[in-house]
Amino acid sequence: MPEKRIHLGSGRITPFNLVSGVIIVLGLMITVIRYTGGLAAVTRLSDYNPWGIWIGFDLLVGVALAAGGYVTSAAVYVFGLKRYHSAVRPAVLTGFLGYALVVAALTYDVGRGWRLPYPFLVQQGTTSVLFEVAACVALYLTVLFLEFSPAALEWLGLKRARNLAVKMTMVLTIFGVILSTLHQSSLGSLFLIAPSKLHPLWYSPYLPVYFFVSSITAGLSMVIVEGALSGRYLSHKMDPAHLADKDQVALGFAKAAAFILAGYFAIKVMGISVGNHWNLLSTPYGLWFLLELVGFVALPCFLYAIGVRERNLTIIKTAAVWTVLGIVLNRLNVSLVAFNWHLPAGERYFPHWMEIGLSVFLVTVGILVFRFIALRMPIFYEHPEFEENEKHSYSVDR
Amino acid sequence: MTISRRKFLGWCGVAGLGVARAKPVRSASLQEFAGYPDSLGVLHDTTLCIGCRSCEAACNRVNELPEPAEAFTDLSVFKARRRTSAKTYTVVNRFEAPGSGRKPVFVKKQCNHCLEPACAAACFVGAFQKSKEGPVVYDASVCVGCRYCMIACPFEIPAYEYDNAFTPRVMKCTLCAPRIKDGLLPGCVEACPTEALSFGRRKDLIRMARQRIVSYPDRYVDHIYGEHEMGGTSWLYLSGVPFSHAGMREDLGVTPALAFTSGALSTVPLIASLWPVLLVGIYAVSRRKEKLYETEKASAVEAAMEKTTLKARAELEQALEKARREKDAAIEKEVRKAIKAKSIQPGGEDKDA
Ligand code: SF4
Ligand code: SF4
Ligand code: SF4
Repeated sequence: MPEKRIHLGSGRITPFNLVSGVIIVLGLMITVIRYTGGLAAVTRLSDYNPWGIWIGFDLLVGVALAAGGYVTSAAVYVFGLKRYHSAVRPAVLTGFLGYALVVAALTYDVGRGWRLPYPFLVQQGTTSVLFEVAACVALYLTVLFLEFSPAALEWLGLKRARNLAVKMTMVLTIFGVILSTLHQSSLGSLFLIAPSKLHPLWYSPYLPVYFFVSSITAGLSMVIVEGALSGRYLSHKMDPAHLADKDQVALGFAKAAAFILAGYFAIKVMGISVGNHWNLLSTPYGLWFLLELVGFVALPCFLYAIGVRERNLTIIKTAAVWTVLGIVLNRLNVSLVAFNWHLPAGERYFPHWMEIGLSVFLVTVGILVFRFIALRMPIFYEHPEFEENEKHSYSVDR
Repeated sequence: MTISRRKFLGWCGVAGLGVARAKPVRSASLQEFAGYPDSLGVLHDTTLCIGCRSCEAACNRVNELPEPAEAFTDLSVFKARRRTSAKTYTVVNRFEAPGSGRKPVFVKKQCNHCLEPACAAACFVGAFQKSKEGPVVYDASVCVGCRYCMIACPFEIPAYEYDNAFTPRVMKCTLCAPRIKDGLLPGCVEACPTEALSFGRRKDLIRMARQRIVSYPDRYVDHIYGEHEMGGTSWLYLSGVPFSHAGMREDLGVTPALAFTSGALSTVPLIASLWPVLLVGIYAVSRRKEKLYETEKASAVEAAMEKTTLKARAELEQALEKARREKDAAIEKEVRKAIKAKSIQPGGEDKDA
């Protein structure tokens, strides 16, 4: 079992550490160039294409894939699905790291990153969808930080602070769901302002609904994918309860994902008929749209359904990865591929390698920080000293 | 304390409290905003434009923009279609008119100074403001550089200083707001040798344009571009060829950009107020279910316990009973034995008993 040997021990020279080391060095170099030569030195952004993959991938995809945090904590604390409790901490941690990286990416992308608090502190552009997004992301990042804090406080042995943090669980969860609903959908609303630039198959007054609903499928699928990955590389950190629950979580989330993907498919089709864009489906953009809709929504939905029926985890994991790719495709389509579709080919955007490099760098940083935390803090296991407490305060039953 | 009041209102707005917005832009898409009365604008009569690029040169000069790669007298630039950039607020493009033998059409492009600007609606720090006088002015001192204004502008005007690492700005025509304040004409208008550009009150310009169309119906297409496009613009255009042949989009519609997003934004207070109620409700239901389950479980346990206790007690009693009986039996046996022994062995005591 060669993979087992790559298991992510830190501090040793493994292929994983080597590759991530190279990526980190590259990322730091890109950072230097970005902050000395400006955006022009590292991106292919232009006056026609002000947003590239740092928005399309890092922001839009990043936020969608970090939805696991609110989806899982809502399922467990609001809907009372206690049997998924062991999935909460990993999901909240990835959510928190995801959002932190989104903000990090934004400091690279906006012209003057240190002014990111200006919309709150200096002057509020309340007519802007982006203002709502910024406000919600800032607040939600705080919420995620607080939701994650019990794990860190347990690790530090700060009992009293930890118990205080745990007491806020319910309020934070509800607040998090509201904020997530708002900004997940608003990321779609961002593009409502430019009907003349986005292809009619992707432009729809329902964009906010599409973004919100698909973020739920993204969140569910990411929990499954992360579960599979950490099951492979971090299983030595999992307590028996977590190991036992793992497959249950995957099965339950897969079922939910199948239903929501089906709903998402239905409202997308509804969108075409409301806009009466059927005739566009036979154009090249139409075929691309169909590929997204059939290949990356309908198919993974079907796959999920089969996986749940057969209780086959391999199929479920495949469906999860597939759904995640579908989300990536969708967000890139809306923000880059179908955006500015009216422009001649010469004016269209294609990322510079350094733009991709920075995105890869940020994802790598995320994985490394996740590993660092998961190897130290009680993420996949319950801290022995707090087990009782935990059960008491959440009234978890096993 | 205007700032703090404004800030307060801003936050109220985002909290969905429905207090008046900080800016006098329309709050809903229902009533038509006709623009500020007496606001200024420019009429660009493309049929009079000869493509001399004097306006470009003047604009470059009055705005102190960097010198261009090709001189403003170089007419070879018309080979390619150009757009505004961080170094050029305005460009003139040449379009070949449909049908051979007709003169090419020259069209000047710059910020249209929309009545309800998409850029202003999009900016999350309010860096763009439509002034009462007409110009849409930009405030670089608050701009974060998110470039959402560039995404939003339907005319593809704002440009960005991508090569500036620390103080990049959004760049676009100012309608020469500083010059207007000093009572001067916009640089480009002043420089135009053919009166292809006329500066004045927008109202008057529309009247003038309509008059030209009426007086020379063969010369003009019967449309004033900018009168209603995207809610109306301060910069207006007349053309002899369909506007789409002059590089201008005719599919923009008359709805101002703000109206596209106001619907989505208006759901914010709705979600912010309904969601908590719903979620707490769901939570309460799931809690109740859980409680019911727990109490049921508890009572079942209790019942089971009771049953076992009863049974145990009964068993114990039985056992005791049995023990008692056995003991009694044993005593009886002993007694009987003793009696037997006594009766065999004659003595006075027996009679007593
Ligand atoms: S043309 Fe574009 S930049 Fe100019 S005011 Fe209108 S939306 Fe703003
Ligand atoms: S780039 Fe500047 S002016 Fe444009 S929307 Fe962003 S903050 Fe506003
Ligand atoms: S109005 Fe002023 S800034 Fe605008 S194009 Fe004319 S000269 Fe340039």
